[in-house]
Amino acid sequence: MEKEELLKTCLHDRHVALGAQMSPFGGFIMPIQYSSIIDEHNAVRNDAGMFDVSHMGEITVCGPDAEKFVNFIFTNDVSGIPCGKILYGMMLYPDGGTVDDLLVYKEFEKDSFFLVVNASNTDRDYEWICAQAEGYDVEIRNCSAQWGEIALQGPSAEKLMTEVLGIHAAADLAFYTYCRTEWKGSGMIVSRTGYTGEDGFEIYCSPEAICGIWDVLLDAGVMPCGLGCRDTLRFEAGLPLYGHELSESITPLEAGLGMFVKFDKGDFIGREALLAQKEAGLQRRIVGIEIQDRAVPRAGYPVEVAGVQVGVVTTGYRSISTDRSVCVAMVEKEYASLDAHVEIRIRKRTFPGTVCKKRFYTTNYKK
Amino acid sequence: MAKIVEGLLYSESHEWVRVDGGYACIGITDYAQQALGAISYVEMPDEGEEFARGEEFGAVESVKAASNLYCPVSGVVSQINEELVDAPELLNQDAFANWIIKVELDASSHVDELMDAAAYVEMCSKL
Repeated sequence: MEKEELLKTCLHDRHVALGAQMSPFGGFIMPIQYSSIIDEHNAVRNDAGMFDVSHMGEITVCGPDAEKFVNFIFTNDVSGIPCGKILYGMMLYPDGGTVDDLLVYKEFEKDSFFLVVNASNTDRDYEWICAQAEGYDVEIRNCSAQWGEIALQGPSAEKLMTEVLGIHAAADLAFYTYCRTEWKGSGMIVSRTGYTGEDGFEIYCSPEAICGIWDVLLDAGVMPCGLGCRDTLRFEAGLPLYGHELSESITPLEAGLGMFVKFDKGDFIGREALLAQKEAGLQRRIVGIEIQDRAVPRAGYPVEVAGVQVGVVTTGYRSISTDRSVCVAMVEKEYASLDAHVEIRIRKRTFPGTVCKKRFYTTNYKK
Repeated sequence: MAKIVEGLLYSESHEWVRVDGGYACIGITDYAQQALGAISYVEMPDEGEEFARGEEFGAVESVKAASNLYCPVSGVVSQINEELVDAPELLNQDAFANWIIKVELDASSHVDELMDAAAYVEMCSKL
């Protein structure tokens, strides 16, 4: 791999000043933890935490054909959705493999969409989207550099949004909707979304304004949280991470994300391949597995039955909120039904496990 | 700053060794437990298993990762610390007060290749 200069988010110096442990992620140098992953995780579950997610990519699609085009590259159905609505879904390759999973925001301007993609995929996504646009009257822009982003997550998030930041419109947002507002003259997007399984908001603003918002929240005592607990939180909530539960070689159907694929909306890239996969029956699926031991199943460990490998762990932890050793794994269909007995190889030993639902923690979204 | 105990021997992979006659107690150093963070599981070998110096004998798990444990001496496991099965956090509370395995040393145990406290401090200062 080519050695590239790691990018810094607008909040980088603040992370360093707070003593965060910094590590490369998605082409950026990002905070993994400030104090402890467990304390940060629990802050989000019980109170609130804030994440620098400025590394995420933002791409806009505008023009007379925008709706038609987004529906062509995206698995969910954006036709006729109201302004201020957000949909989750995937972009697919023709063979059904996943380019990326993303959020699509229907903008308040006519024929305009705001796409939020994974940091590590931003450039590739942008090129992919542009390459599909032939024959569509659309303008596509990668505007990632002009946006900073903070995710404010946890049961106290709404109170912090209104009382500390004074963004009163936040209280009226339903889950997966957003509004446009201002922070000291800077245009701002506030959405009721997140990646933790808790209620919360994602705030997009200019890098300068994002720094100001971070400082206000920090002064108010909000716990800064790193990518370490972002992963433990999303994992417990059953949310996929690209590169683990989704990838070029994993389709949304295999990942158990079929509810975000709308076959009846008309053609979209990957539709035929997914229909064929559906018709033939899935050969493998992402499932949850619990083991009755304190050992921790981790990404890459084999899932076995009678000494034969039948799958592989994609993410695993000693779950902080449930204190169970659990993982999600891609397993062959014969072993993918609830309560199926499998074994996970952890170093030299195997540990008996039981297939279970991949959401280990009951989410607390505000509907 | 990580704690160091004088009179113990140390390995490059951050295990400590307390030799007592033909036996040695083996644990992880304070430096190691600090680097790992909250320890949630200690994988230990069975009693009677034999390990050569440098061989993997178990692992410690924290939220982020599993770290292998390497046997700093050659010998046969005579006892494992059962307390750590249900209370792995003891290693965070006091890494030097909680040994992980006790080993009956081989004739060529390689004890003489381990570092003393001063040499270990020196090594850690360069990390």
